[in-house]
Amino acid sequence: MIEVVSQSRCVSCNQCVSVCPTNVFDKGEDGIPVIARQDDCQTCFMCELYCPVDALYVSPDSEGVMGVTEEELEQQGLLGGYREKVGWGRGRVPVAKHDYMYQLSVRSGF
Amino acid sequence: MAIQATARGQLSLETDVLVIGGGPAGTWAAISAAAKGAKVILVDKGYCGSSGATAPSGTGVWYIDPEREKREEAKASRYAMGGQLAEHEWMNRVLDRTYENMNKLGNLGYPFPVDPSGKPHKRGLQGPEYMKLMRKLVQKSGVKILDHSPVLELLADDYGVGGAAGVNTQTGDAWSIRAGAVVIATGGCAFLSRALGCNVLTGDGYLFAAEAGADLSGMEFSNAYAICPTFSSVTKTAYYSYASFYYEDGTVVEGAGSKRGRSVIARNLLAGRQVYAKLDQAPEDLKPLLRVAQTNFFLPFDRRGIDPFRDLFPVTLRLEGTVRGTGGIRIVDETCATKVPGLYAAGDAATRELICGGFTGGGSHNSAWAMSSGSFAGEGAAEYVLKLGDSAKSRSLRGLSSQSLTSASADGGASQSRTQEYVQAVQDEVKPYDRNLFRTEQGLSDSIGRLDGLWKAQRENAVSVSAEGVKAREAAAMTATARWMYHSALARKETRGMHKREDFPTIDGGQRHRLISGGLDEVWVSTERVADDAASQERQPVKESVTA
Repeated sequence: MIEVVSQSRCVSCNQCVSVCPTNVFDKGEDGIPVIARQDDCQTCFMCELYCPVDALYVSPDSEGVMGVTEEELEQQGLLGGYREKVGWGRGRVPVAKHDYMYQLSVRSGF
Repeated sequence: MAIQATARGQLSLETDVLVIGGGPAGTWAAISAAAKGAKVILVDKGYCGSSGATAPSGTGVWYIDPEREKREEAKASRYAMGGQLAEHEWMNRVLDRTYENMNKLGNLGYPFPVDPSGKPHKRGLQGPEYMKLMRKLVQKSGVKILDHSPVLELLADDYGVGGAAGVNTQTGDAWSIRAGAVVIATGGCAFLSRALGCNVLTGDGYLFAAEAGADLSGMEFSNAYAICPTFSSVTKTAYYSYASFYYEDGTVVEGAGSKRGRSVIARNLLAGRQVYAKLDQAPEDLKPLLRVAQTNFFLPFDRRGIDPFRDLFPVTLRLEGTVRGTGGIRIVDETCATKVPGLYAAGDAATRELICGGFTGGGSHNSAWAMSSGSFAGEGAAEYVLKLGDSAKSRSLRGLSSQSLTSASADGGASQSRTQEYVQAVQDEVKPYDRNLFRTEQGLSDSIGRLDGLWKAQRENAVSVSAEGVKAREAAAMTATARWMYHSALARKETRGMHKREDFPTIDGGQRHRLISGGLDEVWVSTERVADDAASQERQPVKESVTA
């Protein structure tokens, strides 16, 4: 479930408020989005992917809150990891183009 | 019954074609209708681009070169597994259209990987990339998109469907849209099981269609369960073809597997024995490929410090219902029209039996069906509207909701907690493996009794035009879906495709027909002949001239 909106990284673009398919966020009074309906989070990671500054963290547990903090995530380098792997962001190549996509498809039929 | 939607719409719009749902089927429907010259509005209950099962995942696509041998092989691949309920004519049409649409996607900028000769390799799509592009294409076609705008009911007159009404869940404003034709592309129903991207898929479109008088087909093929870590939403069963399954003490679970061995996993879980998996069958040189190709499969593991190639992790079977099932709204012709004038269905909202019978592992067939049926429905709806002419504007429409809709919600949290109880009650009938995966006459009949009661109770409650009301309608849609599922499952006294009857464990040649269902207060089931008898039919030549 979505657990962290980094106050220090957020640029108040509210992209996450728009793209969340289950409407989990509200616009905050100070411009920083608020996790208003955490129970509705379906752990699809789309908000994280669309965040242009890697300010969001969706913890992998879809059934409950794990209680991670921004400091821990910074230390472990977990913020923005998914977006990097998908290849979104300036100067990155979309993973869709990756040569392994072709190789795996040929070998396994996926 | 439902109040006049025109009386409460704060936002009131008119269009030729209204598309409900902004996943692959809905977006293809929208651009295809617009290409025919129709004015189009697309409404999504979440956000067109991130909503639904495709957006967060990678998916294979049934993209087959138009060479006869390859096409015949592709068609045969799931024909028997699907219980011989698919139709060759439909498979041909979908293979042709998928080939055309995938080539279009390449030309419009989708970043396909290339083979060693430099040719784009089009056997799969990455959801985030695909749906971001589809949103852009929809906008470029001049289609108006309303995000966070779930439908609460369809609007109609005696001549057919003529629009829909709903609410914007972010502003709270009600909306109503008059349209010459409506395409339902709302996806399947996964019963809020938290399968990846599926919590927006609650069977809403089935309910709307049934309220308009349309019927459903193949609702017994609705018990797809995905292998999934217990702690995760990521339901990517294909990768478990590289898994071994173990008990806690490290001994192997005999017979367990990702394909036919899924029942073994279910029986162990039912008996209270946790099953663990490890992807230890993956060859060393394949591991980096697997890591890259399904980026989000590894995300939950990486974030928990688990190496799924080496470490055991507990698994469960998460219900995906009709999302990876094949049942849905019955379509009556090649334009994906339903039996109600002005109403069309596409993608997982429609039955997929026509191309894969009673079985699909999801993925390639479903994605091919979504882009093809979306295009067929969009074009069909546009042509219908153009024929309708100006008469659409003067229609006197009424709302079709079977629950009465009210503008105000005044009971605080009471209706909210009631909705949660209904959801829980439906889940208690459809999630358990000994009810839905392994079906029996006794189990199905018992469930139907309780589900009928649940429907009656919900039917009597007024639903408010608000975000909370949307959830109440979702709960009603789930209840209705479960009833069509179990009534159909009860009627199919055999085991065929994904439908398994413990009391009728084999396929019965006498039941090679489709099951049509419908009705709200009284659910009915009837049979329909499979149009083409492929076994005795001469092989149709495959079209050679498909544009690349």
